[in-house]
Amino acid sequence: MMSGETLLSLIDLRKWYRIKRGLFGRIEYIRAVDGVSFTLNKGEAVSLVGESGSGKTTLGRTILGLEKPTSGKIIFEGKDLTELDSKTMSWYRRETGFVQQDPFGALPPFMTIMRILEEPMIINKIEKKERRERIYKALEEVRLTPVEDYLKKYPHMLSGGQQQRVVIARAIILNPKLIIADEPVSMLDASVRIEILTLLRELQKKHDLGIIYITHDLSTTRYFSEWIYVMYAGKIIEKARTQEMLKNPSHPYTKALLQAIPDPDAKNRFIFREIPPGEPPSLINPPKGCRFHPRCVFAIKGLCDRKEPPEINIEKDHLVSCWLYADSNK
Amino acid sequence: MSDEFFEVEDLYMYYRTRIGPVKAVDGVSFSINRGETLALIGESGCGKSSLAKSLIRLLPRNVEIFKGHIYLDGEDLMKMSESQFRKNIQWQRISMVAQAALNSLNPVIKVGEQVAEPLIIHKEVDKKTALERAREVFSLVGIPEAFIDRYPFELSGGMRQRTIIAMALIMNPEIIILDEPTSALDVLTQANIMNLLKKIRNESNISFILITHDVGLSSELADKVAVMYAGQIVELGDAENFYSSPLHPYSQKLMASVPTLRRDKTPEYIPGAPLSLINPPKSCRFADRCPFKMEICSKEPPVVSLEKGRFVRCWLHAK
Repeated sequence: MMSGETLLSLIDLRKWYRIKRGLFGRIEYIRAVDGVSFTLNKGEAVSLVGESGSGKTTLGRTILGLEKPTSGKIIFEGKDLTELDSKTMSWYRRETGFVQQDPFGALPPFMTIMRILEEPMIINKIEKKERRERIYKALEEVRLTPVEDYLKKYPHMLSGGQQQRVVIARAIILNPKLIIADEPVSMLDASVRIEILTLLRELQKKHDLGIIYITHDLSTTRYFSEWIYVMYAGKIIEKARTQEMLKNPSHPYTKALLQAIPDPDAKNRFIFREIPPGEPPSLINPPKGCRFHPRCVFAIKGLCDRKEPPEINIEKDHLVSCWLYADSNK
Repeated sequence: MSDEFFEVEDLYMYYRTRIGPVKAVDGVSFSINRGETLALIGESGCGKSSLAKSLIRLLPRNVEIFKGHIYLDGEDLMKMSESQFRKNIQWQRISMVAQAALNSLNPVIKVGEQVAEPLIIHKEVDKKTALERAREVFSLVGIPEAFIDRYPFELSGGMRQRTIIAMALIMNPEIIILDEPTSALDVLTQANIMNLLKKIRNESNISFILITHDVGLSSELADKVAVMYAGQIVELGDAENFYSSPLHPYSQKLMASVPTLRRDKTPEYIPGAPLSLINPPKSCRFADRCPFKMEICSKEPPVVSLEKGRFVRCWLHAK
């Protein structure tokens, strides 16, 4: 469905966590990621949107190789990562960067900024002279200038926005091709958020980076990604180009999400928003059929609660997993 | 209906620190009518939570200065002693839903009992009547009655937030301060809670003071908006005027930084960082970040009164 050069593809990826419950250790699984497939092109950003517990963070961690997939394939630049040895894995780690939610938690408090940025290069045996050059370049790119002012500082001496810049600098210092940003701005102030997202967007364009931007906030996706994928209960339920998704949301869940977000407007205080009842399902025993059906007002009895909906192409580059769009409803 | 029953006049609250007082609330004045909601918006560190705590007198120990006037139905609450305030006002006429309140429930007490507790303590109601009242409040906030016997860990985030709101409601207060009531919640749960607050507002004559950094969210409830910057209110006005045409350069910047879903505009960010509240300059506090900075801005800007109760603290609007 996409043009351009493929950077990453996921094929029916699953990550289940095994848990034991009860006296006799009944074994059950938390199906955090349950059959996710997509492709990401070089230099494109995709927003992965979902509520907490939808599995978006687990998906991010699985793609990064921090979690071993239960089944399915991750293919990066044509190499299958599920069958890899430690050598390819360390190559893959160099090619990916991670920006986490809590910048302060992500930075070791006892290291200076210089040391924090040097660490990944020491591990990857980059020479001292080059290390210095790269640190300067990275800090300039995230606009922590003059660089000398920051090198000797410790993370706690920086503001939240500046800390997040250091995290981004560390993520790009090995010149990766893919960045996974997991809620990179949700702990920052509203005005700083835009600053950090703008920065990420610039770096993406400049270095032709692929970015997976994991967020629960649909309103920021509009400016910072080419694609929006909506995740619900371990599955991606709708995929579309950003503008198309915002203009023409099709899955009942996506519609509800969009409807729930207010733009500043004095009229808002007089209207009640239509919100689907209930809460996202448990990932241990997800509902049969479509996982959204218990909350869906359009649910078709005997179909949505029985059979899992197929992914239906309703428009160019717009896929939705919902029975409402199946021609024959069968 | 113009019944300004709650008036704050020249309120100051400074914290003592080793390097000097933090001027968290630095001369704040506003008033609310009965049944009206005031949204207080601003970035973190601008003093909005400190203002909330000053209003309900939940002050930290290192308070250096706490002065000004808070009138409730004409009576100056600042003249009340600590024990009088606690006995008659706190949680009873003014209550609060604190930030990150989700985790403030006691894990080993059933939620029904926790909600009923203020009645038992303040009003010396017997437990049975108190639980009966708790049941009423639970149904008002949309928690199934059966949940009254559950423990906090058995409730989802949204249900816990409803419990906290029930707790703030049980004494029938006239004002509830909502400090970031939905910041820890998911989008849909957040919209649900906002629906609930709208319903409570419609069905009672309660006034809310909604504190948030989320401008879009503030418009869900606000009749009036106050923008806070560096310990001061820099703009105050009706929601209708404010959301369509903010006047203070900071308000304008703040509004421009909001990513919108339905309107096509690229959000901008505000360059620079908010200043320290330890020794704020005599000049306009926003001057260093302001695109319209003039020579006169090195002097403290006046509070300019415009039509319909609108106020701006800015030289641009001074005649």
